[in-house]
Amino acid sequence: MTNTLHRYGTPQTLENDFIVFAMSARGINDTGSVAKFQRFLEIARKHNPINLGDATKGSVFRPSKSLNPLAHWFRKDERDPGALVAHVDQPTVVSAVFDNRDSLTSFLRDIRDADLGLSINISALTDRADELAREAGITRHSVEYSLGFFGALDKLPDRATLSLATMCGHGMISFHFAKKMIDWVKEGRRTPEEASTYMARFCTCGIFNTTRSCAILNECGNRNRG
Amino acid sequence: MCPVGAIDIDPAISRAVVDQDRCVECFTCYRGLSTEHLNPTVVRTIRKVFGFFRMRFDPEPDVCPTAAIEPQELSWPRIVRRAFSDPLVPHESTGIHGRGTEEVKTNDVTFRVGEGEAGFTIEFGRPTVSTRFSDIARMTEALARIGVEFEKKNPVTHLMSDPATGKIREDILHERVLSAIVEIKTRMERVPEILRTVTEVARGLDTIVAIGVSTRCSAEGGSALEEVLRSEGYPFWRGKTNLGLGRREAVPAS
Repeated sequence: MTNTLHRYGTPQTLENDFIVFAMSARGINDTGSVAKFQRFLEIARKHNPINLGDATKGSVFRPSKSLNPLAHWFRKDERDPGALVAHVDQPTVVSAVFDNRDSLTSFLRDIRDADLGLSINISALTDRADELAREAGITRHSVEYSLGFFGALDKLPDRATLSLATMCGHGMISFHFAKKMIDWVKEGRRTPEEASTYMARFCTCGIFNTTRSCAILNECGNRNRG
Repeated sequence: MCPVGAIDIDPAISRAVVDQDRCVECFTCYRGLSTEHLNPTVVRTIRKVFGFFRMRFDPEPDVCPTAAIEPQELSWPRIVRRAFSDPLVPHESTGIHGRGTEEVKTNDVTFRVGEGEAGFTIEFGRPTVSTRFSDIARMTEALARIGVEFEKKNPVTHLMSDPATGKIREDILHERVLSAIVEIKTRMERVPEILRTVTEVARGLDTIVAIGVSTRCSAEGGSALEEVLRSEGYPFWRGKTNLGLGRREAVPAS
């Protein structure tokens, strides 16, 4: 889940971007972990996550392999969090994305009380994660900081494109596709919600924050009109 | 939609082709696209008719109408591309999907990085720029020269022909992957020296290098690393926080 570490953006644009993930360590606490991962996801579902993921199977936003051509006009919302939970069948990394601090704090309290024995991490602004963990009665154990990008920086695109594409740290959302979605929203060909859903389907771990994506796309559209 | 831009329309045949050198076998096109299984001849005919009248259909952008993309059988050394590029493939060396690293995400049960120590994740090719192992080798060899020890449970370390010198197997140096992570651990005092080396070497590489640095917090949740990063002038505001809920009783000596 280093894929959550280097999300591009200013502290202001990352303020309401919280990913919580659970994992086990091979040979230490992975035995019997499947039920615990399912429990993690079930608890998360009670706190209105905007995305859920299982690193071995995919997220709640998934491509469909048998679309009808009418899908170009009438595409169904195929999100099924219940199936995602039920299909966890091996030690994995599961994640939940929240777009507000209240949901995160209440989720952390429940996770603390559930005492799953899994390693639980928050990927977010580090000061905010520390603050909200303390509110939930948890003292952090370890912390990893992103220092950003170095090297051939001329290979990077503009800020908005980079902010969207880095919401899948495995690189499944290409710069070209993110830029195309920005352009389509600017041209009024798709809504920010539709464009965000397209991108979220490529992020297999389920860490793409559709609320933040909509905010970025809306800003691009507004700037165009302004 | 290809992260590395390996798919183009070849004007000579008016068909999409995959640049095999550029492709990193991430399977984004095969797995990420929805499909319709329409007849290719019908689809091409409709497109030609639309094109003739200078019209263009406005389809869903994440759909392959003909389900044309099929994965190819991979053999060594090309199979390395998929291992490091497709997040759904677990690394045999660690059992972890993606880039195959645990860093401090499980530090509450592995105790890999202790107080007074710093763990580094030096990632190449991210975001969606891709990299060759030859670029990674330039960094690992430079780090080896200043005496760092590479994390043993790391997929890149497993591909080194000599971890003491940082040399990576010759037969994979030309292989391109979406991203790969080198992990090292040092005492806190060496953090400035390591950062200087990494940023200096990164300037000469034909890819992006993303740096993550971690530590074990004090009993009160304090992080000694913040002062070091601040004094070195590195901005840091985002990261991962391990909550310590893994619950392992025995603490091995570091």
